Amino acid sequence: MADLSINFAGIKSPNPFWLASAPPTNSGAQIHRAFEAGWGGAVWKTIGAPVLNISNRYGSWNLGGQKLLAINNIELISDRPQDVNLKEIAEVKRAWPDRAVIVSVMVESTREAWHDIVRKVEDTGADGFELNFGCPHGMSERGMGAAVGQVPEYCHQIVAWVKEAAKLPVIVKLTPNVASVVPPALAALAAGGDALALINTLNSVIGLDLTSLEFSPSIGGKGGHGGFAGPASKPIALHHLSSLGTDAGVRSYSRPISGMGGISTWQDAAEFLLLGSTSLQVCTAVMHHGYRIIADLCEGLSGWMDEQGFATVAEVTGKSLPKFSDFKDLDLSFRAVARINPASCIGCNLCYVACNDTAHQCIDLTRPSDGAILKPFSWSERSNGKAIVKDRPRPVVREADCVGCRLCFNVCPVDSCITMESVPSGRKPITWDELTKQRPEVAEWDGMARYRKEVGIEIH
Amino acid sequence: MSATAIRKALDSPLAELLGPLSTLDAVVEANRCLYCYDAPCAQACPTHIDIPGFIRKIGQARPRDAARTILSENLLGATCSRVCPVQELCEGACVLGAAMKPISIGRLQRYATDSVQDDPTPLFSPVAPTGRRVAVVGAGPAGLSCAGELVRKGHHVEVFEKRDLGGGLSTFGIVTLREPIEVALAEVEFLRRLGVVIHTGRELGKDLSWDELEDRFDAVFLAVGLGKVPRLGIPGDDLVIDGLELVEAGKVDPVRVSVGHRVAVVGAGNTAIDCATVAKRLGAEEVTIVYRRSAAEMTAYPHEYEFAKAEGIGFRFLTQPVEVVSHAGAVRGLRCQVMTLGKNDASGRPEPTPVPGQQLLLEVDMVVAAIGQTKPSGAAVEGMNLDRGFIAVDAGFKTNRPKVFAGGDGIRSTGAASTVMAVQDGKLASRAIHLFLTEEVRRG
Repeated sequence: MADLSINFAGIKSPNPFWLASAPPTNSGAQIHRAFEAGWGGAVWKTIGAPVLNISNRYGSWNLGGQKLLAINNIELISDRPQDVNLKEIAEVKRAWPDRAVIVSVMVESTREAWHDIVRKVEDTGADGFELNFGCPHGMSERGMGAAVGQVPEYCHQIVAWVKEAAKLPVIVKLTPNVASVVPPALAALAAGGDALALINTLNSVIGLDLTSLEFSPSIGGKGGHGGFAGPASKPIALHHLSSLGTDAGVRSYSRPISGMGGISTWQDAAEFLLLGSTSLQVCTAVMHHGYRIIADLCEGLSGWMDEQGFATVAEVTGKSLPKFSDFKDLDLSFRAVARINPASCIGCNLCYVACNDTAHQCIDLTRPSDGAILKPFSWSERSNGKAIVKDRPRPVVREADCVGCRLCFNVCPVDSCITMESVPSGRKPITWDELTKQRPEVAEWDGMARYRKEVGIEIH
Repeated sequence: MSATAIRKALDSPLAELLGPLSTLDAVVEANRCLYCYDAPCAQACPTHIDIPGFIRKIGQARPRDAARTILSENLLGATCSRVCPVQELCEGACVLGAAMKPISIGRLQRYATDSVQDDPTPLFSPVAPTGRRVAVVGAGPAGLSCAGELVRKGHHVEVFEKRDLGGGLSTFGIVTLREPIEVALAEVEFLRRLGVVIHTGRELGKDLSWDELEDRFDAVFLAVGLGKVPRLGIPGDDLVIDGLELVEAGKVDPVRVSVGHRVAVVGAGNTAIDCATVAKRLGAEEVTIVYRRSAAEMTAYPHEYEFAKAEGIGFRFLTQPVEVVSHAGAVRGLRCQVMTLGKNDASGRPEPTPVPGQQLLLEVDMVVAAIGQTKPSGAAVEGMNLDRGFIAVDAGFKTNRPKVFAGGDGIRSTGAASTVMAVQDGKLASRAIHLFLTEEVRRG
């Protein structure tokens, strides 16, 4: 059995799964239940500046009957009295010494305010801080949250203030609402931040009500943007995470990263670890299905690690980062083509329509009995009955014309029916970076045409 | 439907078997559809409804748009959603059938068509009148389909129906378990709203003449269907009940139908199973289907056979009735000859031959015949070329009589007769008639 325990900048937890700072960590009673369910840690819902919350705070993006592909929220930081939060933090930590109890904090941008909150939190016995530099709504309008995270100098300043007072580890949680998370990350690390966390929520308008024509959710007839999270945000989170893991400057600090953004399954968790996370935070999946999902997250991750031969989480962390590449360093001579396995093809023709309408027109509809290539809908109006399925045309890839775009692979509803097969291109490996150094003339169409002719690339 | 009517429907042993899908049910099922391109279900549907197209609209909370998609190809989509043997057609061709459950296309279609059943708002835009007039004889599925399609092309169409209600077999011949009469009648009303003029109680050869049809109309479409169940041709067969009449009685007046304690149903098609089901559900203690061939040769669909067995209906194969035994006008039994299968006959099926000396007596007090229907007869076929007794038509549904076209069960000399095939006949014939009328106009 793989060892799921982690040591994150000195904060220990029995598994890498922490509840993210959000409604699931709003109170001591909730976190007690979460720890009973098996969560390794919890980041207390942000405490700090006084706020007032409003009704209709969560919106959902649904598709094809699937609810909460993304959630969006305009809930602010904790609206509970600060002394109640601090008292409960202390109680939880006393009751659960082996779990990670981290407190998310956000106060107005003065040295005194930050020193004050740091002292109060350290008195509770909690394991560490998470600085909320990411909240994209409400708090940012008041100069906090994302208003800090978007400006590296502000990040640097506040982290420096916190580090003046803090003895516990300081995790800086970044906003994804920037062109690159690297500059704010570098600023936080330069100021002494002990660890990074990302992503906070994304700016979003989740939808409109088509009857009232109001925003959804509507707050007394009005609405606007909110923070977007949940399964649909995962690819964006993975992008930001890998951008930290592949930046030499960030790597030079050797500080751990707590990854989050749409983690719903153990597979998601494994991907976040492979791209450099040490701990993992979860919110939307829990808001959808409750604390109980920790069981399958741990079992799935542990089982996968066993299958892969990983003994510890540390062995997984960052394992795939060396395979990250910019486009300019990819091999232009690599060639793959799609192959459709006729034995598992169910004949839905989704690959055909996708390729024919929107890709490269290299799938034919071929009649099994005689191999004739048919146009779609070429059956007789007098045909009918289930017997027609026997000789329905089947999609077949014309490999010579297939550019290997992989659209068909992605739309096929049957696992492993379409495979992308590597085939020799007959050309020597070369990257765009190498090519433009060796043959600068390819930057012009004439030069490119000569190069293509020379190496036998024909595009029609 | 009033509360009393619902109560009554629920109490009836013949009430519709399947309830409507809830919106949640329909949307979840619609979302399971893969939205195939050039989908096999749409080819397998005899009327080629754009099935993935209408299902996607249900998934997007537009059942009315879904209904329009369905009715654009099949004006009797409400009936077809209930009576089609979907296992043999659309659902039998669903790409999900092999690995999992096929999409419940029939029930989704019903969900969509139910949503517009009593909606007076037109689904289709009106078209300019052409001034051309078409008569349709018979208000069954073929006639109504053809009439509706022609109205949608701007022609004036009048339907003449000999019965007092339109709908044909949808109204009288489909067991309520599958289609309540209200659905068939609502469909007739939908066609009226579309602009079809329907005269009931008008029968060709009685109060309607060929002269009138030919004088007043530019084209005629004959959709007269078939006749009664033929006689068994054995001693005592005057005491045998016509299976279609039993189904009709169970539909129109279920309270007054009386069935025997022990019932034999002769024949092994889908109607035989309907008759047996009606008898069983209306209180018969024992119902047996008697068939001279074996299970493999039955014309009933496999799912109907399974349904009948689940209903507790017995089957006696290789058994040929030879005499209805009676006393004082009351049936006492059905004497039968035991058969064996020989070489294939003209129909391509093994020919049943008697086993010498082996007879048996089934102790029954009611015998129902469901052995097909008689061929079209009377004024409808006056001067008509016939093909094995059915009205002969060319590929364009044209008969030998000038400007007279025909379709539906009355021309179905080969293949299985079904509602959906009749609807497709009506649709294809309407195109031929439209072409005939517009060519005639061009010729001046």
